[in-house]
Amino acid sequence: MLNYLSNPQRFMGFSAWAAPLFAVLATLLFAIGLPWALVFSPPDYQMGDTVRIMYLHVPAASLSLGIYAFMGIASFVSLVWRHVLADVAARAAAPIGATFAGICLVTGSFWGAPTWGTWWEWDGRLTSMLVLFIIYLGYIALWSAIEEEDRAARLAAILCLVGVINLPIVKFSVDWWSTLHQPASIMRSGGTSIDDSMIGPLATMAGAYAALFATLTLYGMRAAIFRRRVEAAELRNAA
Amino acid sequence: MNAFSVTFRRDFAMMWSGGGALAPLGYFFGATMLVPLAMGPERDLLAAAGPPLVWIAAALAVLATLERLFQADLEDGSLDQMLLSRAPLEWIVLAKACALWCAIGLPLALAGAPAAIALQAPVERVPAIVASLALGMAAFIGVGLVGAAITAGVKRGGVLIALIVLPFFAPPIIFGSAVASGEDVGAALLILAGCALGGLALGPIAAAAALRLQAE
Repeated sequence: MLNYLSNPQRFMGFSAWAAPLFAVLATLLFAIGLPWALVFSPPDYQMGDTVRIMYLHVPAASLSLGIYAFMGIASFVSLVWRHVLADVAARAAAPIGATFAGICLVTGSFWGAPTWGTWWEWDGRLTSMLVLFIIYLGYIALWSAIEEEDRAARLAAILCLVGVINLPIVKFSVDWWSTLHQPASIMRSGGTSIDDSMIGPLATMAGAYAALFATLTLYGMRAAIFRRRVEAAELRNAA
Repeated sequence: MNAFSVTFRRDFAMMWSGGGALAPLGYFFGATMLVPLAMGPERDLLAAAGPPLVWIAAALAVLATLERLFQADLEDGSLDQMLLSRAPLEWIVLAKACALWCAIGLPLALAGAPAAIALQAPVERVPAIVASLALGMAAFIGVGLVGAAITAGVKRGGVLIALIVLPFFAPPIIFGSAVASGEDVGAALLILAGCALGGLALGPIAAAAALRLQAE
């Protein structure tokens, strides 16, 4: 399927119906998830209502990691197989991943202030998430700094692959170091430790964030392809 | 004469000439001087918090030299000659990295001794701090090679290389500061050595890949 969609024409045809579909899905999931999470879910037995920040914080955090992994795979595919649209996908995904990482850091800070008594700590998890955010910024800046697009694409791909080493550090930081941030409750050996009444809204919000990512990335890729077509047409007219 | 020694001697001569290590050393001492100006000169406070800040000054100084590492070669065509040579580009890049470490990294590490003392580090700790800086410079250079290669063609790329490379400077700084504060010195030095060896082993590979793209 990746090969099938590497033709820009076919990709435009696919995204013409796929992007609006994901947009509708994202709207639906947010419409269900936000009230469920923020109003109708049970308060935590220790934290009370503060736990509701979790439904914004956790999906943003896991998706920012997942989006970077997506960019890493896209960069690898772009470098090795010269897939035509892989670098377009990575470039479109980067600002979304950066924003989700920013949301994770900010909502986490607001969550930590009442529960931990501090807005920020330099423990393993928070520091490595901040490093991830800065790596995102560097990747986005690199694309804008280099004039020729295909060279920019491949240099950015190399940078993205170098940064992939941070992903396991972020994921396992709560296991490797004694951190203030709590250890994993969902993706851990031995099954999840989170209460069933919270899994529903959490999964819905995760799906909503993921659908939002898919929507924005597909529209972003369409915009990039349209821009290339416009530039090509301008060049033809000038000739 | 093999490619490694030729490149090493050429780069060492270029870096050492025209003032050589003086500018990075001046930057290093200047940045060190700003620390007590910002923190206040009170001895106890400086002794507790000051020595690790030597690492920040060292990281910034080496970043300034990394920026020009490949730009000069890209501009005057030496990079094309390096690509044409029979030696692998990774090997030549490693030679440049070694030249940078000998010409500038090592002097910076040695300059760490007076800087650490100026920041009220206890004298017994200074040899460990110099050793950690020498290893840290190698780690910085290994990782910085990639950033330098990626931003080689960019005009005014100084801020960009800092943005790209600083996240990867974090591990050497964390463990180097541990040595400077005197905690777990042996373990921290070992991990620093690991960072240095890893950086020098893997950095040239990514840097050479980026340089091949720059030369097109």
